[in-house]
Amino acid sequence: MKINIWSILKFFAYIAIIMFFLFPIAWIFNMSFMTNDEILRKVPVLFYEPTFKNYLGLWQGEIAIEGFATMYVYFKQNLINSAILSVGSVSVTLLLGVPAAYAFARYKFKGGEDIAFTLLSFRFAPALLIILPLNLYFSEIGLYDSYFALIWVYQLITLPLLLWIVRGYFEDISPDIEYAYRLDGHSWFQSFWRISIPLAKPGIAAASLLCFIYAWNNFVFALILGSSAIQPVTVGALAFITASAIPYGLIACGIVVSVLPTLILALFIQKYLVQGLSLGAIKG
Amino acid sequence: MKINRKLFPYVLTLPALLVCVGILIPFFTAVYYSLQRYNLKMPHMKGFIWFDNYVNIFTDPSFWNTIRVSLTYTFFTIIIELLLGLGIALLLAKRTWLNNVLGVLLVLPLMIAPALASLIWRLLINPNFGVVNYVLSFIGLDGFTWASHPDTVLFTLIMVDVWVFTPFIMILLLAGLRSLPRQPFEAAELDGVPEYYKFFRITLPMLFPFILTASLFRLLESIQQFDIIYALSQGGPGESSMVFQVSAYLQTFQYTNIGKAAAMMVVLWAICYFLCHVFVKQWHKLKIKTKGELLQ
Repeated sequence: MKINIWSILKFFAYIAIIMFFLFPIAWIFNMSFMTNDEILRKVPVLFYEPTFKNYLGLWQGEIAIEGFATMYVYFKQNLINSAILSVGSVSVTLLLGVPAAYAFARYKFKGGEDIAFTLLSFRFAPALLIILPLNLYFSEIGLYDSYFALIWVYQLITLPLLLWIVRGYFEDISPDIEYAYRLDGHSWFQSFWRISIPLAKPGIAAASLLCFIYAWNNFVFALILGSSAIQPVTVGALAFITASAIPYGLIACGIVVSVLPTLILALFIQKYLVQGLSLGAIKG
Repeated sequence: MKINRKLFPYVLTLPALLVCVGILIPFFTAVYYSLQRYNLKMPHMKGFIWFDNYVNIFTDPSFWNTIRVSLTYTFFTIIIELLLGLGIALLLAKRTWLNNVLGVLLVLPLMIAPALASLIWRLLINPNFGVVNYVLSFIGLDGFTWASHPDTVLFTLIMVDVWVFTPFIMILLLAGLRSLPRQPFEAAELDGVPEYYKFFRITLPMLFPFILTASLFRLLESIQQFDIIYALSQGGPGESSMVFQVSAYLQTFQYTNIGKAAAMMVVLWAICYFLCHVFVKQWHKLKIKTKGELLQ
């Protein structure tokens, strides 16, 4: 009997876990295909005719509400902003971070570890401590509300992430391969470009995808350092939900569109997730 | 390469460093602000007042409230996430088809922006149509107040935090569990050691480095949590969910009191630095203990 009780308990544990962690996501997807009337019913409807009106409205930027005039939403711009900020941040991070990661992995140099840890410590400093003064600075030098400034500040989270993950990958490559290639008369840059980078490519790819996810999910930087013109979906969606009279289906739809990119990317980097999330501290 | 060999690594790290020096400057500015009377609405009053801002916040009951709320939030999120994460990791440890699929799917909440996670839950617990309320009404919890009442708002916030970040603990511990050597378990099996003994004397100690790493990351994030709380309750109702960063945010943008906000953030930074220091020490000890096998 003992085994039976265990398996029943286990079964309920599985159900509870699935309900708590996955049901909210499923329900938001569900809501995004509903009309406002269907959502507002006291007893949730399970069977309904899915409508794509919300998605269409979100894309076109206007939605007709019965009894009201046409309503304008600007969510598309938030999506574009998110894309610009995330792609921009990851590109800058790759450019700055990969050579630095290589240096930390390959050379023992004075202050090297200190520099690496200083860079890491930025990730654990309270964001507002740095953003509040930056906010005043940026206003003064006219950088407030610019993609450039935001992408710069995003380096605070993406750079340490990439640095510490990619460093581990470079450390795994034997330096002898590079030496051999250089003995053949190739320059350092050639060996770096043709040997080291291709060998560390899976790590670099996974790290940049994770950086993309972190950049996409960031909220506080753009909330403080940008106006609605350059704010990403995370901030845009909050403005969306606090504005009155926007149909709930449209809000749900906005949320779905905002989380979909990161959810899909997450499936691609499964294998590297553990190492990435722990900044290389744990090898998955 | 014409560049001096000794200088070369510095050249490679220089661009990354420069970007971050740009970050260090505001850090010191913030510390400097914290020693000033600096209110944007009263620029002529600006001046050096040494530690008056610190004295002020520490004699202010609402700052003690902030500390209390922050620590409560941190304590409960970490404890619940650790227990739940460990439980799920143990449940999924065996490599079966179902466990592998669930291991992938359960990471999804972690990949959602915390601010958006708050919005998802806001739609789910909406007093008018929230589906969670509907489900709860079957077990007599009709009209649970969630974020709209001071007594339940922290519970709601902790629940969202648990929803987002338990997968973080789960995935790290699952990786840990699956990488443990088999021999000790086989030996225990041969000796007929009872299950609970195996768990407390073999599994847990071997898993400890993973638990420590996961807790460190969570601890530092949890005490600084802003996104979830700002998107769900903005510190309210009243000051019942006022944590450090939300408090500093309001102090800056509602009361324009830069000096006070900076002082609060410096206090938070000091707490984080202290926690980090304690943990890194433990981490190094463990690294030596495991001879760099588990932790790199």
